[in-house]
Amino acid sequence: MDKIEKNLLKQIADIEKTPMGAYNIRENGKLAGRNTTANIDIVTKKDKPGIDIIIKPNTKNESVHIPVILTQGGLNDLVYNDFYIGENADVVIVAGCGIHNSTCNTAEHDGIHTFHLAKGAKIKYIEKHYGEGEGTGDRILNPQTIINLDENASMEMESVQIKGVTSTIRETFANMGKGSSLVISERIMTTGKQTAKTIFDVNLNGEDSSVHVASRSVAEDDSLQEFVSNVKGNTKCFGHVECDAIIMGNGRVISDPKIEANDVDASLIHEAAIGKIAGEQLIKLMTLGLTEKEAEEQIINGFLK
Amino acid sequence: MLELKDICFSRDNKNILKNVNLTIDNNKMIVITGPNGSGKSTLAKIIMGIENPDSGKIIFDGKDITKLSITERAKMGIGFAFQQPVRFKGLTVKDLIEISAGNSIKVCDACDVLADVGLCAQEYLNREVNSGLSGGELKRIEIAMLAAKKSKLTIFDEPEAGIDLWSFNNLISVFEKMHDDIHGSIVIISHQERILNIADEIVLITNGKVEKHGPREEVLPQIFNKVKPCHKIDKNQKCNEGRA
Ligand SMILES: Nc1ncnc2c1ncn2[C@@H]1O[C@H](COP(=O)(O)OP(=O)(O)O)[C@@H](O)[C@H]1O
Ligand SMILES: [Mg+2]
Repeated sequence: MDKIEKNLLKQIADIEKTPMGAYNIRENGKLAGRNTTANIDIVTKKDKPGIDIIIKPNTKNESVHIPVILTQGGLNDLVYNDFYIGENADVVIVAGCGIHNSTCNTAEHDGIHTFHLAKGAKIKYIEKHYGEGEGTGDRILNPQTIINLDENASMEMESVQIKGVTSTIRETFANMGKGSSLVISERIMTTGKQTAKTIFDVNLNGEDSSVHVASRSVAEDDSLQEFVSNVKGNTKCFGHVECDAIIMGNGRVISDPKIEANDVDASLIHEAAIGKIAGEQLIKLMTLGLTEKEAEEQIINGFLK
Repeated sequence: MLELKDICFSRDNKNILKNVNLTIDNNKMIVITGPNGSGKSTLAKIIMGIENPDSGKIIFDGKDITKLSITERAKMGIGFAFQQPVRFKGLTVKDLIEISAGNSIKVCDACDVLADVGLCAQEYLNREVNSGLSGGELKRIEIAMLAAKKSKLTIFDEPEAGIDLWSFNNLISVFEKMHDDIHGSIVIISHQERILNIADEIVLITNGKVEKHGPREEVLPQIFNKVKPCHKIDKNQKCNEGRA
């Protein structure tokens, strides 16, 4: 692996050497390394591009890394990854995609990730997206995450788009079983003329299921972001969606939240706020000795942390 | 250390400060008092550079700082604890204390400044300074930040607001400790008798003017008769705060 590839891996998966535990590294549409463990199997799909990740029941304290890197322009990489998490397993899954495009052609990766969590299974899923490269070619990422949670399963999803992605549409669908819980935290930063759209579609079907979505984003320069959420409470359940955006320069943000209570015991909350950095925040940090620019950076970094 | 010369400030056809002249000497504990709306906060903002006077001069350590930015004044050694502290989504107590100290503070020192304001460091260091904190907690964090900044001149704007009685003595020892450590001057805007009692000098501002300025022993007895109606206003203000 060369320096560019190593840096991409570090950016998206915090990997500096070979990762511990199970992993599958995909590079420019091809397999670049795989490791399985006694409890975690990774199998290449036969009918379409992608892999199945199968985690045995009761697997604890293990992790799976499945980073994807693209360093060639003109490549449109589509994969289907299915995760089968056995009963009462408790694992960490790190995905993510980094694109280095030094050409004038588009480089695109569309990862379709489907999670099947069995009863009592628990995962932390971290997904980072990052783009770089001196070429004028677009860097496009359109991830889809489909989440199926069985009884008492729980999932924590951390979705971060660090920078450099020209355009993205990120869709997340969740079907929630009885007593299941889903916590999603999203961080997005767009600059230049980038566009980002996120869609969350959550069905609270199981009694006492709960979802919490917290999205924080910063739209700088001429970038445009759109946040769409639709949380349906179909039974006794709890849903909370929180969307906060900071706009700078000519940045624009559209927030389109929808909550739908289809049962009298559904309790749903939505909070959304869009605005530029509050003047008094800048002033406060300036009175502590920061310049206006430094104050802005601190506020943005903290907000997206 | 600080000299205000003929400071005038008016907004919306209202003269908020009228030819204010005030000298603050080195290593002094000064309490500024006066009725609500008399211009105390405005004066503090003018010293910090948050508001600019329409006329007049501000001299700090012999240098004319009237035209300097907030940042420049902060770097020269002026600090200001807001009457209404600012909330930050995302920044933690630790972040703000580090920024205040100039990023060089040791964790144990950060813990010390929090302990001094009556906050348990373990519980607070990694808390976000957002709407999850109460007004009193915010006030204490604000004071801790200024204690960490160690400015030559620190202005506290009504630091006692929202702080319960138990903490009051601690609050006073924070000021005394800062005063001993830094050998700078501390200016406290306050209505509180117990804070007035620790002042070296008291400044009484009424209606945008310095009405009295002198040693505590001299000014305190004079304002006490006068300040009575002030105390009533103070109580009213607390009621309003309670309702808000
Ligand atoms: N920027 C401003 N524009 C208009 N009015 C102001 C401004 N700043 C302060 N004032 C007014 O000036 C008066 C003094 O305010 P302030 O300095 O906050 O008083 P204090 O701190 O003594 O209670 C108040 O009547 C306030 O409403
Ligand atoms: Mg005031």
